[in-house]
Amino acid sequence: MRYIDEYRQKQSIRQLAGEIQRTATKPWRIMEICGGQTHAIMKYGLQQLLPESLELIHGPGCPVCVTSLETMDLAISLASRKDVIFCSFGDMLRVPGSSQDLLAVKAAGGDIRTLYSPLHALDVAEQNPDREVVLFAIGFETTAPAHALTACLARERGLANFSILVSHFLVPPAIEAICASPKSRIQAFLAAGHVCSITGYDNYHELSRSHCVPIVVTGFEPLDILDGILACVRQLEQGEHRVENRYARAVKAEGNPQARARLEEVFEISAQTWRGVGPIPFSGLTLRPAFSALDARKRFSIESRPESDNSGCLSGAIMQGLKKPHDCPHFGKRCRPEHPLGAPMVSSEGACAAYYRYRKRSTADEY
Amino acid sequence: MNTDCPLPIATEQTIRLGHGSGGELTQRLLRQFVLPHIDNAWLQQGHDSAALPIGNTQIAFTTDSFVITPLFFPGGDIGELAVFGTVNDLAMSGARPLYLSCSLILEEGLEMDILQQVMASMGRAATATGVQLVTGDTKVVERGKGDGLYINTAGIGLVESLQTITPQAIEVGDAILLSGDIGRHGIAVMAQREGLEFGFPLASDCAPLHQPVQALLNNGIDVHCLRDLTRGGLATAMVELAETAGLEFWISEDHIPISESVQGACELLGLDALYAANEGRFIAFVPAAEVDSALNLLAAHPVSREACVIGRVNAVAPRDRGRVIIENTLGCERLLERLPGEQLPRIC
Repeated sequence: MRYIDEYRQKQSIRQLAGEIQRTATKPWRIMEICGGQTHAIMKYGLQQLLPESLELIHGPGCPVCVTSLETMDLAISLASRKDVIFCSFGDMLRVPGSSQDLLAVKAAGGDIRTLYSPLHALDVAEQNPDREVVLFAIGFETTAPAHALTACLARERGLANFSILVSHFLVPPAIEAICASPKSRIQAFLAAGHVCSITGYDNYHELSRSHCVPIVVTGFEPLDILDGILACVRQLEQGEHRVENRYARAVKAEGNPQARARLEEVFEISAQTWRGVGPIPFSGLTLRPAFSALDARKRFSIESRPESDNSGCLSGAIMQGLKKPHDCPHFGKRCRPEHPLGAPMVSSEGACAAYYRYRKRSTADEY
Repeated sequence: MNTDCPLPIATEQTIRLGHGSGGELTQRLLRQFVLPHIDNAWLQQGHDSAALPIGNTQIAFTTDSFVITPLFFPGGDIGELAVFGTVNDLAMSGARPLYLSCSLILEEGLEMDILQQVMASMGRAATATGVQLVTGDTKVVERGKGDGLYINTAGIGLVESLQTITPQAIEVGDAILLSGDIGRHGIAVMAQREGLEFGFPLASDCAPLHQPVQALLNNGIDVHCLRDLTRGGLATAMVELAETAGLEFWISEDHIPISESVQGACELLGLDALYAANEGRFIAFVPAAEVDSALNLLAAHPVSREACVIGRVNAVAPRDRGRVIIENTLGCERLLERLPGEQLPRIC
């Protein structure tokens, strides 16, 4: 497949891994922000090709994992209403709320539709004028422009029965929070290419400067990831720290101006609670007042309840790179993909799911 | 900073869609709620159909229900599927498929024209596979209580070969053959169901498999086990067989054929072709020495023209039994799991 096979080519991958082996003279710890990168690392076994002293730490970049319990409970209560058709990405259906998940609501008769494009929710609203249609708009900067466009079109089409439950997250404030934490062990970051293809990477310069960390924008194929790691290692070895774009085939410094304009038009920046991590200032998006008629929280006048997770699973520590999935006593035992205790085991991008799914033969006996 | 994790969800109290995915949830449902009440030696074989001694002959007996939406999809329809699916289950016991039953569950409001088309398709599929639909039943349920049309078929076939074709017959050193590229059915149906257009053709692999299987058996290939790949895909079939056989399978990702269309759709949707459904593919376990002859025989049939070797059965310590190792293109190995529940498309 063009534009994919080239970046999975065995010879080039081995060459690049060799180059990293030769370049790294000290132990380094690099965080890949995005869960998609975590999965590629585990799927291709990239860690096995790297120097043992080079540690890859998995970041909080999984939209399913970070969606707060409060939001999940809201989603579940909306989806349970007889007058509501609840539209969601498939990944969210298995995420546990306080007492059940959306799949359980569906099994109990809730009308939950799995979407591939948020725009499809508008058609659902048009076809069901006597029902309330709620779109569960979750994700990072990657999915936000499509949700912004959906909001604009809903207004244009005058859909009075359509609303959006927004739970958007922004990546740079999370990097800031990780860097600022006194417990942080991260020396360099791989920034997520698809996020930067929307936002550009201008806002990473200040982060890199103020925390003295290299930030390298890269993609999701094995060759992209190794190339990003090599760029990090080179900077670290030379005591440098700057923003580097190693994903130029998709990312421009200014990002995608059209998508950014849509975001600006529809959303404003707000505080956001990250599941397992807690509140991070300026790390979320909410609908601007001009779009508040579409806000499901307002339409159904639902009050938010504070986060009250207390089961003792380690997702927060895992998503901040303080612990690895196999440090959790429940990993692979009580907590498995078919019976997740926490969101990181649910999502196709969750660190625990990646560790479980792609675990090596030698480690399987331990679980 | 709060680093707590979400509360665990108690084990499901009701049936979820995932219980029908053919993966881990299905297995658990069978183990906990079904098998304890009806267990017997034939169920314990864990095979696609039961091989029953009746008089001096050996009969294979199987059943399958078809609840697919949409009823018509690129590369097939529910009628064809209902015949081929049961024919294939019989073929996987090494049996020559002979007779099928046909139970229809129709939803009030179904257009006669649709029923006509589906039945015509069943008739054609039966003729093409040399089976006869010899008994049946028809029920109608109220509107809203069915997806238009469900079909159940049961089938019997005659086991003429003396070979025992079961998971228990798999031996260390066997080669694992795959009859063609994987994932077509699951991806084509999903694309049709959700109205996804990829700009390249996607069609189900829906096809009968009895002919290539008969070719192997009639030409004296010492086939140890056969399994058609259905729900849960190649990965789930491999794990099920490894567990039932109590052996370790090793397969190479590089050797598993996946068409560019299926791979492309999987890339876009975040799905894994190893877990996507198939309706016209099977795996065969044969002694390593017979691989070349087996591949030549398979290549003579259009449905298995691209058959290839994807791995082998390993000698292992007892603790390693019942697992499947997959080696990726870089030579890194990992464990293969069965599908946990449903495959859900990712977010971004």
